[in-house]
Amino acid sequence: MYGRLPIVKMLLVTIALTVVISAVMVPINWNGQGASTAAPKIDHLLNVMIVLSSFVFSLVMVMLFYALWKFKAKPGDESDGEPIHGNTRLEIAWTLIPTVIVLFAGGYSWKVLDDIEDPVKDHLTGSVFSQQYAWSFAYPGKDYVWSEGELHVPVNRQIQFKMHAMDVIHSFWVPEWRIKKDNVPGITTTAIVTPDKVGTYQLVCTELCGFGHATMRAKVVVESPSKFKEWVDGLEQKLPEPYMDVLKEESVTNPPALGAGGA
Amino acid sequence: MAAAIKNPGWWRGLFGAVAFGAFGFGLVIALRAISDLPLYQTEQTGYPHVIVPAITAPLGFLWGFGCFDYWLRWAAGLPTIPDDHSQHGAKSWKDYFKFNTDHKVIGVQYVVTTFIFFFLGGLMAMLIRAELAQPGTQIVEAATYNSLFSTHAVLMIFVFVIPVFAGLANYVLPLMIGAPDMAFPRLNALSFWMLPLAGILFIGSFLAPGGAFDAGWTGYAPLSTGAPLGQSFFNLGVQFAGASSIATALNFLVTIITMRAPGMTFWRMPLLVWANLSTSLLVVAATPFIAGVQFMVLFDRALHTNFFDFGAGGDVISYQHIFWFYSHPAVYIMMLPGFGIVSEVISTHARKPIFGYRLMALALIGIVVLSYSVWAHHMFVAGMFSWLRVPMMITTLLIAVPTGIKIFSWLGTLYFGKIHTYSTAMLFALAFIVTFTIGGISGVMLGMVPIDIHVSDTYFIVAHIHFVLFGGSVFTIFAGVYHWFPKMTGRMYDEKLGRVHFWGTLVGTWGTFIPMHWVGMDGMPRRVADYAEQFGNWNLMISAFAFLLGAVQLVFVYNMVVSWRFGPKAGANPWRANSIEWQVSSPPPIFNSTEIPRVVGGPYEFGIPGAKHAIMAGEGTEGAEVPAGEKSVVGTSP
Ligand code: HEM
Ligand SMILES: [Cu+2]
Ligand SMILES: [Cu+2]
Repeated sequence: MYGRLPIVKMLLVTIALTVVISAVMVPINWNGQGASTAAPKIDHLLNVMIVLSSFVFSLVMVMLFYALWKFKAKPGDESDGEPIHGNTRLEIAWTLIPTVIVLFAGGYSWKVLDDIEDPVKDHLTGSVFSQQYAWSFAYPGKDYVWSEGELHVPVNRQIQFKMHAMDVIHSFWVPEWRIKKDNVPGITTTAIVTPDKVGTYQLVCTELCGFGHATMRAKVVVESPSKFKEWVDGLEQKLPEPYMDVLKEESVTNPPALGAGGA
Repeated sequence: MAAAIKNPGWWRGLFGAVAFGAFGFGLVIALRAISDLPLYQTEQTGYPHVIVPAITAPLGFLWGFGCFDYWLRWAAGLPTIPDDHSQHGAKSWKDYFKFNTDHKVIGVQYVVTTFIFFFLGGLMAMLIRAELAQPGTQIVEAATYNSLFSTHAVLMIFVFVIPVFAGLANYVLPLMIGAPDMAFPRLNALSFWMLPLAGILFIGSFLAPGGAFDAGWTGYAPLSTGAPLGQSFFNLGVQFAGASSIATALNFLVTIITMRAPGMTFWRMPLLVWANLSTSLLVVAATPFIAGVQFMVLFDRALHTNFFDFGAGGDVISYQHIFWFYSHPAVYIMMLPGFGIVSEVISTHARKPIFGYRLMALALIGIVVLSYSVWAHHMFVAGMFSWLRVPMMITTLLIAVPTGIKIFSWLGTLYFGKIHTYSTAMLFALAFIVTFTIGGISGVMLGMVPIDIHVSDTYFIVAHIHFVLFGGSVFTIFAGVYHWFPKMTGRMYDEKLGRVHFWGTLVGTWGTFIPMHWVGMDGMPRRVADYAEQFGNWNLMISAFAFLLGAVQLVFVYNMVVSWRFGPKAGANPWRANSIEWQVSSPPPIFNSTEIPRVVGGPYEFGIPGAKHAIMAGEGTEGAEVPAGEKSVVGTSP
């Protein structure tokens, strides 16, 4: 009645645009180097989202620019457009299709989340302490030995960090691990990582904690298990008293990791 | 002088502020004296002799200015002074500086005041970008930097975006529904006058010992509970801004529900009215939560309660739950009115009925309902109970559905229309669709827990907020201001300058905020005055675009100020729109029209021969035969 739209052509252009945008964006390593078993999973999820998003974006662009090109009023044209009030089938389509897409995204994310937080029996436990504006770490073993400003972990072994903030909220982030978790005063929070590349990284505080927030960093060293053992054995300082007290209160209010069943 | 003090106005306002302030100060000192405490308590979280006057002085000003006169007289059993409507309307610029109950005057007061705060907040953004142009320290210390981005965000959110929408709607909404004014005009005026007080408290915190509040606009405890005095100013400013918001929302609800012109059924309301109905539902139910939580912080600070004191059994994370229970709905409070504006602008300039009008209205309601169930997506890494993340992720992703419906329906509206792009308002509305789509896409990504774990609290977030707040809300605000400028001022703005402003803003927004996504994913945290060398080049480019974005806003100011004064006269209906506000003169007469219009059809009946939305007074008499065209309107209206 109102003339037909070149739906097929528009879809083809949308798909072509999706392919081009994805081809440019997917190969780029947006999140930087990855150094944990979680990293490729999260990066892959991101790539899937980039493709889906490129499609949505391309669709919007094609719809918009086709309309602007085709239905732009000629200069001096004072008439009105066609009095179309809607189209029930189309409206159902653009309600249902996005619902399916986002539910897929949600399901997939849930699976990735379960994956990256899956606790294994044979894991190591470490304690993280944050305080304006420094990080320190305790390693279980004979007694809690302690290091300031430098965290060492063995490669290829899951490590569960129990985290404690002594004053205000801080947040533990190693970009290469893709893992972040707030350290919250009064409770113990947990982060699970399996580092899988030997190297030196940076631990960044990502929760505003005062004027020293920007420089609240620590060195993270991922090394072979033997080197790690050597390093821990070489540590002389014991965990100081106030930190020990916090450690003892752990697990009382500790929110369990997903799937960890209250661990 | 004596008379000046007796009559409501600036002098009595000043007197009230000083007198009530002195009373608050005296009360604190007296109570401390009889309790044998040191008279001045100057721990940084304390200062009761400053905090109490900071509450009483603004109230004293409001009293002196005359905001409560009518009610107080009535409550005291004195004869009330009936409003002599001679003070309605603004005959000169001076009238905007008075307590005025005319919704059109209040609308203009709101818009101008909030834009002043926009420029102050923008100035802070420029300082932020100057500091970040290079790694290392450029112009401010880290502590000052924290105050800068905190006040930047707070001014933008609480005294610009949220209230500017209330201002625009204040002006046009009663006109649109054929009402002579808002339901509660005195409450309306009070709502407005609380707003500058909030702004003054926010900015005044720079004078406090220890500097302005610096815990971010989110003010997380326990950083905020232990922060210097400036934080208390934030706690209090939010009360005034919040009370203003709530009162206005109630006013809109009652106005919309009870004061629609005869014939304006819910399904004949323009979408701007629907949008403000939805927004008001969010404001009245959500805003009390932020008011409450800021009081809890203030009490922890000043009265040593232990809501968030972890050493005394307080629960730190509960702050975030309460805060976001308001602040997530708040992002829709900052977006839904803009959706309404875009619907009006696009339909008018495409000369087409809104595509899927009913679904558009239902989508708004869907967003309102869903937005109460997603708050914890701001807390995926906060250490809350882990299982809560999954349901919150699903609801968050689902909210993309009604949002998508809106995007596609605007696009659908363009099809088979006659699209006019001569108006800057239409350019902003179209650009909004694209920019907001980007913001929506990054929002969906943030809703996915594994991705959020990586990018939370990085520059990716800063990029996302600005795509939705600048590319979203602010674009719609510009669209609205350009669209209704001729109605409000009776004059046309300059379209050439409008185009310069539009293109500069578009390029500036993308150039500034797109690269922020990249540095964020690559490892740059937010809220830092200094960053790693590797991000230096990107940040320099971001700052350059930010300065362009800032500078081009001056074109807007020039255009608005000069056109308001000297612009060519605009007719009643320069855009040939259908809704009622365009059927009255520009600017509209006092009380909007001599007679209440009669609504006979939908608001967007473009292209239907003879169709009408409303019959104005004088256009045919009451009860006259509905012209042939209108019968078909009733039949075909969605
Ligand atoms: C010229 C335009 C603007 C520029 C260049 C700009 C720049 C910035 C920058 C660089 C930050 C990050 C500070 C940091 O994390 O260290 C920021 C934060 C923020 N901005 Fe803007 N901004 C602009 C306009 C706006 C507008 C219009 C709004 C809201 C309507 C807004 C709302 C915010 C919010 C909510 C934050 C978060 C602050 C926080 O972390 O507490 N900005 N802005
Ligand atoms: Cu920190
Ligand atoms: Cu949210």
